[in-house]
This record gives sequence, C-alpha cells and structure tokens, in this order.
Amino acid sequence: MSVRFADLPRRLVSLTIDGRAVRVPEGTTLLEACRQEGIDTPTLCYVETLTPVNVCRVCVVEVEGARALVPACSRRAEAGMVVHTDSERVRLSRRMVLELLASSVDLSLAAPEVRAWMQRYGADASRMGPAAAPDGHHRDQAHPGHHRVGDGARAETVAQPVKVDNENYVRDYSRCILCYKCVGACGTDAQNTFAIAVAGRGFEARISTEHAVPLPDSACVYCGNCIAVCPTGALMFRSEHEMRQAGTWDESRQTVTTTICPYCGVGCNLELHVQDNTIVKVTSPLDHDVTRGNLCVKGRFGFEFVQRRTREG
Amino acid sequence: MASGRTTAAERAAVDAVLGPPSSGWTGGGRDRLDGHVAFGGRSARERRRWLLPALHAVQDRLGWISPGALDYICTRLTIPPAEAYAVVSFYALFATEPQAPVVVHLCDDIACRCQGAEALCAAAEARFGPAGGTGAGDGITWVRSPCLGQCERGPAALIQSAAQAGAAPWSAAVAPATLEGIAAGLAAGAPGPPPVGPLPPQAVDGATDRLRLLRRTGRVDPGQLDSYRAHGGYQALRRAIELGPQGVIQELKASGLVGRGGAAFPTAVKWEAVAANPVRPHYAVCNGDESEPGTFKDRVLMEQDPFAVVEALTIMGFACGAEQGHCYVRGEYPLAIARLRHAIDRARDRGLLGSDVMGHGFRFDIEVHRGAGAYIAGEETALFNSAEGKRAEPRNKPPFPAQAGLFGQPTVINNVETLLNVLEVLEQGGAAYAATGTPGSAGTRLFCVSGCVDRPGLYEFEFGATLRQVLDAAGGVRAGRPLRTVLLGGAAGSFVGPDQLDLPLTFEGARAAGATLGSGVVMVFDDGVDLTDIVRRIARFFRDESCGQCVPCRVGTVRQEELLTRIATGRARGSTADELALLTDLGAAMRDASICGLGQTASTAVESAARLGLIATGGGGGGS
Amino acid sequence: MFGAGGGTSSYQEIEDTDLIILWGSNAREAHPIFFHHLLQGVRRGARLYAVDPRRTTSAQWADVWLGLDVGSDIALANAIGREIIDAGLVNEAFVQRATTGLAAYAAAVEPYTLERAEGDTGVPASVIRELAHAYARADRAQLCWTLGITEHHNATDNVLALINLSLLTGHVGRYGSGLVPLRGQNNVQGGGDMGALPNKLPGFHDVETDLPARARFEARWGAPLPPKRGWHLSGMFEAMERGELRTLYVLGENPAQSEADQTKAIRLLSGLDHLVVQDIFLTRTGELADVVLPATATWAEAEGTVTSSERRVQRVRRALTPPGQARDDIAILCELARRLGHEFGEPTAQEVWDELRALSPMHGGMSYARLEALGGLRWPCPDESHPGELFLHARLWEADPQRRGPAAPFTPVEFAPPVDALSEDFPIRLTTGRRLDSFNTGVQSGRFSSPLRRPETLNLAPEDADRFGLEEGERVRVCSRRGAVEAPVHLDASLRPGLAFMTLHFPDQVATNVLTIDATDPKSGTAEFKATAIRVETLALAAPAVPLPEKASA
Repeated sequence: MSVRFADLPRRLVSLTIDGRAVRVPEGTTLLEACRQEGIDTPTLCYVETLTPVNVCRVCVVEVEGARALVPACSRRAEAGMVVHTDSERVRLSRRMVLELLASSVDLSLAAPEVRAWMQRYGADASRMGPAAAPDGHHRDQAHPGHHRVGDGARAETVAQPVKVDNENYVRDYSRCILCYKCVGACGTDAQNTFAIAVAGRGFEARISTEHAVPLPDSACVYCGNCIAVCPTGALMFRSEHEMRQAGTWDESRQTVTTTICPYCGVGCNLELHVQDNTIVKVTSPLDHDVTRGNLCVKGRFGFEFVQRRTREG
Repeated sequence: MASGRTTAAERAAVDAVLGPPSSGWTGGGRDRLDGHVAFGGRSARERRRWLLPALHAVQDRLGWISPGALDYICTRLTIPPAEAYAVVSFYALFATEPQAPVVVHLCDDIACRCQGAEALCAAAEARFGPAGGTGAGDGITWVRSPCLGQCERGPAALIQSAAQAGAAPWSAAVAPATLEGIAAGLAAGAPGPPPVGPLPPQAVDGATDRLRLLRRTGRVDPGQLDSYRAHGGYQALRRAIELGPQGVIQELKASGLVGRGGAAFPTAVKWEAVAANPVRPHYAVCNGDESEPGTFKDRVLMEQDPFAVVEALTIMGFACGAEQGHCYVRGEYPLAIARLRHAIDRARDRGLLGSDVMGHGFRFDIEVHRGAGAYIAGEETALFNSAEGKRAEPRNKPPFPAQAGLFGQPTVINNVETLLNVLEVLEQGGAAYAATGTPGSAGTRLFCVSGCVDRPGLYEFEFGATLRQVLDAAGGVRAGRPLRTVLLGGAAGSFVGPDQLDLPLTFEGARAAGATLGSGVVMVFDDGVDLTDIVRRIARFFRDESCGQCVPCRVGTVRQEELLTRIATGRARGSTADELALLTDLGAAMRDASICGLGQTASTAVESAARLGLIATGGGGGGS
Repeated sequence: MFGAGGGTSSYQEIEDTDLIILWGSNAREAHPIFFHHLLQGVRRGARLYAVDPRRTTSAQWADVWLGLDVGSDIALANAIGREIIDAGLVNEAFVQRATTGLAAYAAAVEPYTLERAEGDTGVPASVIRELAHAYARADRAQLCWTLGITEHHNATDNVLALINLSLLTGHVGRYGSGLVPLRGQNNVQGGGDMGALPNKLPGFHDVETDLPARARFEARWGAPLPPKRGWHLSGMFEAMERGELRTLYVLGENPAQSEADQTKAIRLLSGLDHLVVQDIFLTRTGELADVVLPATATWAEAEGTVTSSERRVQRVRRALTPPGQARDDIAILCELARRLGHEFGEPTAQEVWDELRALSPMHGGMSYARLEALGGLRWPCPDESHPGELFLHARLWEADPQRRGPAAPFTPVEFAPPVDALSEDFPIRLTTGRRLDSFNTGVQSGRFSSPLRRPETLNLAPEDADRFGLEEGERVRVCSRRGAVEAPVHLDASLRPGLAFMTLHFPDQVATNVLTIDATDPKSGTAEFKATAIRVETLALAAPAVPLPEKASA
C-alpha cells in the first residue's frame, strides 16, 4: 500500500493583476501570483524558506480599496482583489525604498537584480546627498530614542568597521539592509540557535549578539545558515572574504556540484563551489526538502579534509 | 545555569517579581531530582511574557540591566540572551550601560518647548553635567525625553530613581518642573499618594453638567472604590449584565461609538468580531500607552478615575467573551500604573473581578503591563508584542487583532477614552448616546489643549464644537498674542492656520479639511514660537521612535530630519523647492509603504507645515 | 525492523506529529538538520520528551527530560509498557490484528513497576507514568533513537524494548507515527542496503534463508556465494583473537582508534598476517597496514549513491579531481579482482547501480535519472512509476490478512545493567558521545577550523569537581579497569553527580577508547561505548595503578 499525503486540493480565487484576470489557489500570496503571471516583483527580505517579515517594502503593490500599499510577499490573494504592480504610487515607493537603502547601505555586493531594479525605477541615491563618513558614532552602543543630530549636509549611513572575530565568518554590517533573514534563519525558521537578533531601534536598529559580544562568546554554532540567506554580502564566509580581498575570487571560474554531506546520516545536499580544483564555498539547495538550504557547521565548513590530505594529517 | 557574574542583588530583584526558581535548571540550587528530570519546552516558552516585568525589576533596583542580570533573567525564563538583549535595547527606559542611579528625564518635546523646556535642559546641563552621564558626583544625571504626557503643565520631568541605600526604587513626574522642584523631589524621595487631582478647567466654575467622561475627574477619590460607587460607579456593568453580551454590542452599535485613538473605527464592529470568533481564549485589552506628543487625556483618566477604566474593561471582557483583561500603560505614567493596580486589587476584593464577577458567574481579571519607553508600543499590534515580552515592533495586518492578537488569540483592544465612552453608552442607552454630537460623530470628545494658551488642560466637548470654541474655553492665546497655527491631532496630525478656527471638530469636519482629530491634541502656537524648530523636533521624534523594521520609516525619517536641518540652516541642496519636492517623495513613500501608522504619518505634520509656509529657510535654525 | 533494516518514517512526518520521544539521541549536535525538522514539529505543537542520562542541548528543548541512569533503558521501557497495559491504554485493535506475543510480553514486563523503574533509572515514577500515558494517548508519535540505545552490550534488546512500545500503542506504519533510528554516518544505511552486513545480500535478502535471492545473485554474478553468514566487526576481532582471521581488508574504517578497548584492538591488528587498508587518509590503522590503497573521497571525488536515515537514496557526485595516486573505490576493487583472476571490466558507478537495481527489488525504480530529477527516492521503490515509500509497514494496518502479511512479534527483553559495574574503586559512570563540530575519531572533522572546538576534556558535574577539589582545566588521570588517560577537567552542568562524559573525537590527544569496554552485543556486534566505570585521580597523587599505553599517535 502506498499512501500519499499531497496537500488537500485548494479552492481557486479569482483576482485581477494589472488588468489581467488571474486564478490562484486560496492562500497564494500576491508575490506568488505575480510570479505565476511572469510579473517581475523585486524583493529583498523575502526568501521562500523563511517566514515573510515584509520589512523591506520593495515588493509593495497597490490593492484597490486599501489605504496604503501592501507587501506582495505576505499579503494573500483574495477573491475580487484588483492589484496594480506598476502604478505611479507603486513605482514611487519602490524607487524611494531603493534610494533610501542605496543612500544608507553599501549595496555593491548585492545581487545584480538590485542594480536592474534601481534602473527600472530610476532610483538615484545621490538625491539624498553625499554619504556621511563614519563619524565614530558607535552603533552598537546606541541608546534607543536618542541620536546625535547632524547638519544634514551628508546622508547618514550605517558604515562601520567590518567585524572579524572568528575563523569562519566575516560580518560587514556596512552592507546590512536589516532584512531580518539572518535572524529568521538563526531563529525559529530553521536553526533555533538565536545567537543574533535585531537590537536597538530606528535607524540604529542592528543585528547583534547579546551586548554585542563577539560571535565566539555568543550562542553561535557556525552553521552558516545566516550567511546562506544574506542578500547583500554583509555576512560572508571568511574564505570568500579573503579571496575577494586578494582579488582571487572569480565566480566565472567556479563550478557548482551537488552531492551529499560526508558526515552524519541525515543526507544533506551540499553544493560544492569549486574554483581551481579547490572547494571555496559550500551551500545547500533551498528547494531540497531535507535541508531547505540549511546545513550544520560540519556540512558547511567540514570539507577541508579532502584538500588537506597530508601524511601527518 | 546563570553565569557567575550575576550578583545577589540582581538575583533578588528578579526573584522578587518571578518568585524563587523552581529548579536547578532555572537558576536555583541543584538537588538530586534535578539530575534526573527537567521540565521545559512549552511551559518554558510561555514564560517569555515575564521578560519586561523582570527587566523593570532589575532596572528599578540596579539602575541598569547588567550582563549578569540579563544572564539570570534568561536562565529563569529560558530566553536566548541575544533575544533578551534585543528587547532591552529597544526600550528607552532600560539602560544597557551603567548609568547614574537617578535619571531625570526632561521633556523637550513640542508642548514643553513652548514652556521653556530648552532653558530647563540648559540649567540641568549646568547643574548635572552633560546628558546621560554616570552621575559621578551625586548619582544624578539627566536626559532629554520625548513627550511625557504632562503637556498641560510643562515643562515636565520624570524622575527615575533606582533603589539606593535601603530606599525602594521610585518614579514620579514633576510638572511644571524647575531645577528647584526637581531637587526638592529628589530630596523628598518616593512621593506619597498625591491628593485628588485638579478639576478639569471646565468644571472649575461648577459647570459639570456638560461633562460626561470627565464628570468624576477631580471629585471622585481615585483610591476609593466606594467613592467611585458613590459617583455612580458600576451602574454600567450592572446594566451590561442585564443586557447580556449580545445586548451590550447592540447598544454599542446603536450608539455609533467609534474609537478615539485616531483611526475612528466602529467599536461595535471590533467587539462583535471578537465575540463571534470561535477560537478561545479571547483577550480584552485596554491601550493606555498614549504617547502621541501633546496627548495626556488617558493619563488624566487613569490617574483620576481608575475604577472607571477597570469597570469599562470588565464590560469589554464580558461582552467579548474574554476572561483575562490586559491594560498596557506607558512606563512614563507611574502614578496611573499605581492607581490602576490599586483599583484592580480593590475591585477583586469586592468580587468585581475574579472568578464570579458581581456574583453573576462570569470570570474576569486584569493584568497591568508597564511600558518601558517606546511610542510605537501604542500601535495595537506593537503593544501585543510588547506585552508578550518582545520588541514593540508592529505586525503586518492582516491578520487583524480580532483574528490573531495578543498571544495569537482573538483580541479586542480600545484605548482608555474609547472604553470610558462605553460606560456612557450603557448608562445613557445607545440611542441617546447617538443623539449627542453630530450625525457623523456621536458623543463627546476630549481635547488636550496645550501650548500658548491661557488655560491649558483637558477639555470635553460634544462633537460639533469648533476649534474656536475650544480655544475660547482655554482662554485663548496667552498674553493676547496673535495665533500663528494650531497643531491638531498630535505629531502625527497636521498644522492648521488661523483661518480654520471655525473648523468643526468632528471626524467628518477634520477629514473635509484634510486634517485629523488624532488623539485630540490641540496645540496652540503664537507668533513668538520658532516653528521651524517645532517641526524639526517632530522630525526628530519620529526618527527616534521609529521601530526600525521597515525601510521607508527607518531611513525615511532620517532623511526627513536631515532635509529639514538643511533648510533650517540655510544649506538647502539646490533650491528650497527641490528640497520640498524630495520631502513630498519621502512623505509619499512613508505614507504608502510603511508597515504601520507611525511611518505612514511621520511626514503628515511636516508636510502640512511646509504647505502653510511655517518652515523658515536659512539661518532660522534653533533647537538642539 | 520487522524485516528490512531502516527507519520507518520520513523527516517530514516529524513536523506533522503530536509527540516525539528522543531516546539516547543528542540530535541537536549529532544530526543537526534532522533536529531542524524536529523543531518544526515542536513549533507546530508536538510535545517533546527526551530520554538521556545527560541533559543535552537536545534535551534542553524537551517538555520533559528523563535523565535515566546509563544503561537502564530497558528498565524504563518495560515500565512504560507495563504502565500502558496497566492503564488500559493498549491499542487493542492494532495489537490484535497486527502483532503476536502480547501475553508473553505482558507477563515479562509485569515485574517492572513504576516504583522499581524509579529505583533502576533514577527517574521519578510520576514522570515515567506521564511519558507512558502521553505516548499511548498521542494520535501520532515518533520514537527516535541513536547510539545511546545501540552502543550497549545489549543493544539489540534495547531496540526491541522500544519496538515493543510502538507495537503496544500502534505507533508504527501510519503517517506521523513511527520508529526513527538516526544513522551516524552518511552511508551506514546504504552500507546495509548494499549488503555490507554479515548475513545479508543487497536489498536485505538473508544469505542463509532467502534461497531464491541467493540464486538470483549467483546467476547474475556467475559464481557461487558463501551459504553462511560472515562475522560482524566485533566478531572479526574475536576471530583475530582466536587466530582464525589472519588477513583483513579495511575500507574506510579506522578500527585502531574507533574500537572499544583500543589497546587490545591495536594489538590484534598488529598481529595479523596481512592488513590492507583502503582510505583517503593514512589513518592510524593505515600505519599498521602492509598495503595502503589511496582512495577517493566518495562524496566529492567520485560518483555514486548514499542512503540517509529516512531511507532516501541520493546521488554523490564528483566535484574535485582526486589528488596523487588516489583512485575510485570501484576502480580499486575491479583492479583487485583482475589481479585475483576475475574480470569485472571497468564499470561506471551508474552501471554498478543498475546491476543492483536488477537484483534488489526495493531499489528497482531508482534510476539515476529519477534520483536526479526527484532529489532522491526512499526505498522501497520497486519500479519507475513508484514514488518511493514515505513510511514503512503500512501493511500492518490493512484489514485484509493477505495484504497485512506476517504479524509483528513482541519480543520480551530483560533489563541487564552495564557490564562494567561501578565499584568502590571505579565509582563514576563515564559515558561517551559527540560534539556538534566534530565527528567520530576526528579523521574528517579535525582538519577544518571551528571556533567551537576545544580540546578533549573529562566532563564532570560541578558537584563532583567540588567533591574532588578539581578546577576547570585541571589535568587529571582517568582510570578504568582497562587503562588510563590524562585529560583536563571541564565542569559540565548537563551532568549530575556520578556521571562523567568524554568524546572519541581526539584519539591522538586523549585516547578515550583506552578506557571503554569491548563488551559487545552478541546480535549486532556493537560495543558498550556508553558505559564505563572510572575513577578520577589528581595527577599529584596518582600512582600508575594501570600502566599507561604508549601514546596512540606515536
């Protein structure tokens, strides 16, 4: 006997997106509906494997009858909804979100799509003024509800020194857009380690350990699941960081091979990123139901033994 | 295990609120049984809600949340330290660095700015040194504060005194504040119960007949249940029990009562949705976290008429099928918190709360939550998160509170003023209530009148009164100076010009004028006020109070403040018109794309000021 | 279980279950990604019970942790069974239809009262009762275990004691209810699937009793197969000791460091006539070998498949060119066959796999193309239209006796305490286990940088350290009846007084297996790594009562 446990059939709901009649199963988000229709919708804080937090607001769409725009990533389609994804309001909000981010965060290592979206929406971060130099203002110690008022001539940014406090990770929060993905991956969506959380508030909100202690003093178990979901390169494997610093990181010369982790018997899929016959990074496919993109420290970093087979070992 | 860095005092402070540890696994000494069994999991996760009370206990006792204290709290409550730190660092009244045991919070917000707040700050700096110091000399420091909700008697101060030399910790407002008054307050230590509060200005001449919500204020003894009963207390609950839950909701429907928090949502619709929700348990929540600059009405009600809040919340629970009520009060209102807690205890003593309310077989009790310094906690879903022991980050809606609110359960939530209107509805009957005010705005409204008026205070008017009538009642612009503008609805509201004095203060009237009644703020500015400075303070407020979740608000409020600074200091990039165009774009994105009302309204007042030409260009900057 | 050796359930089911018992498993550290699935189940409302002598990082997630004394698992399981019977919570319909032997089981567990179990295990009777009732009443329940159950002298009995509980309650053969032994290595399951067991042909066909299967293999391979079962690992060491086994070919194992009673294991390996070691490293065992065959790392330098703890067969692929003279396992084996006079040709991994599919019906439907397209398949998967089985033993719930097949037997088992008894001289119970960032003897895991890694320690309860006047980091001598090692002390609050903990991860620094006992389960061949009697001596006072073995890394 073979019993299958497919999802129960779901009712379809009909709605209109950009003038098109669309039918999607009940519970579908507007983002999924847009993707089904081939409507490219920018997202920064959304990833399939994590609970949507809808904080970046770059996926907002206009729903007729709603006062404000709604986040496509988490709003579910309802029967009769009339949705506009390219109205003037939507375009302006997306443009502003991108300008606000680009004027405050280093996006140079963000996915290439981000640049394409900025072009599409005409985002020009220079409107916000030249970036302020890091002024010795210690974000990690900021007290909520208080900030130093500047002269407004330069746009305040999140620029700060890179955090290098362990052998496996580098945290460059100058690149952090506060998408909460790392917090979700470290927390209830996957790892449940809770080594990091969003501390502080407002513009001084930041990803932090308790009392901003270095990672080795925190609960971190170096699974790298935060790095795997970081969309801007704020979190990076130290090996990649160092290769980038040395100018040797070259994705065009890398192959990616999917295989199974050599450690315990869970059967996690590994994607080995190989450059010059050397493993330079390990990821896991988001769409495989064993890992959903997650690994443990052994799977993520434990590959060294194949390339260090010295006699003295 | 708590780390060795927890001190005995820290332990004692936490144990005083959580009780002694139940096992060696939660911070106690280990016995033989601990080696063979431990209980955790779900029961441990449910203790999360005690995080804020435990943090308050440590802050009160030690004056800051040390790493050792946080360790112990985390062990007691099974909370990961990073998560607990995330919570501590969200709230302005918690300190994660050592600070002076006595902190004087000086309000430098917009209402107090009209009452000499900056001069007081300057005096404090001269006396105590730079803001936020460790109080090396006398153990006292001072910090600037957003609106403390004492706007009718500014400038305001809030003294936060940690336990010292055997004295219990205490916290109290001083208003109007002077350095001498503060010094006297510090010398006197924890204040005793203040006398029955001042009468509402309208009642001073004995003309109480027009007052509904304020009719007991200043007359009833807020500490005495029997005094409340002598003033007609608990008639409404009796009536509610006669009507039954459905009957109460029918009366509310007939009354046309809508929420007084700003959104003007029909109260009956909220209540009915929760009452009808088959998911149990339900929760009834009173939002006493008013923090909108210029707003102090709920404070007056909670401080002066706390039993009315308790009675109204009990009715809410009865009607909506909730057995547990929660009242979340901003941490800057220590007197309101104390009086509510006292009122709840007295009501429980008399069987007006508990397992058999009024002997009619229904169960209801109330827990008071003390906020910790976050304007955003007044947003209803942020309030739920805060009451659950989390950062007060608003949730995305839907789901709405009636589906998934406090602890994920169906929840009905109203602010204090709305709840007190429920008493009126039940006492008068829904139809009679609906007949007051205007067809679109039933009942009366409280107006928090502050700024440059002769008699600032809390005024109650039937809906339909004009702005001019309210100003007249308050004695008009003080010293007979010309009126420049009125900020209507608070920092999230908008400025209106002297040409709008005949604006009827109704929901429909405000809407038609492109304004909002908001939380009932009527803040008056004469021609001597530096309005550019006021507008910049509003921008600073939103930048400081943004929770930081969503990009439009987190960064938009920064850019808005930078932009205003440039204009005010004569450094506009391009022309002023270019800057105002950018302001319009920022405003549109914040209004359209922010998660919650804070971001959505963060530019409303600023933009209205720009439209009215209240922002001076170049060299007119002042302020901090 | 009841035939094929594999866990009955899939990972997704633990997300959809109502109750989880984690017994002798620190999955949080040993199977971290499985624990993700488990925690999803907990987030969705499943209750978690952890049975483990230590309050591990897994047990910290539990609604209830039952900290039993090491090796008292059967006392606990039998008492749970007795309580379920006593409370009338037996799943009568299931038991009647699908099992045999309840009466004998009930009689056997009758003496295991809650009170007796409290004495044997240390766990309060009320807590045992709570677990019994919760497990029996749950609509769905998953019972998971790992080496805490199997690294004992009575490993098989331990497993049977747990299986009995699943039969009693009907928690097997249904979606969300099952038995989940978690595999410690990435292809332990696959090794078994492929017949790397003394008594099985690939596909779990018994060498001695499944004559049609043996005939099938013999026909395909054109050679007769030995009709008798072989030795399992500890059987081999016993045979070496008796002098019956003189030549050993070791593939990818490091018995010189991984066997219990290491001193003895090295002596026996050194005494062989001929030792061949095929590995990707020159291991300690390799150092003893006459011939070393450098091999490829199967997961990164070769093609093939492995099978996971949920019976899912997945592809491993070549991503790197192997170093030096390292050769693929298949190539080495075929070359060896050729030198021994047999022509195996030069088959690819896929060709070898297709041969297996032709011979093992449960793998029949698993073509490389399907494994690729579907991200792996769970066996049994008899043909290419079959989606692979989510869980096993659904047949036990069939109404039709034909389809239901043979009944599942209860197997009464008795509690027998650990062989290495505590005494005045050896008063502390040492147990062993894994750490998150290390793996077995550290051959693989010792070579990457991990901020979590700290050297081997003797973990003691803080109370014991106090009692012995020891401080964190202080070096001590740890003595068992077989040997002694030196290690620094680490205070570990997950331990109760009288319980100590070490790992096997750093044999070159601290050869923990010098201490462990080779008392072995006669049925599975697993040694009792989990229960050693030790004493702790401060170095200043220590008299070398037991001569220290030469340093393992010498």
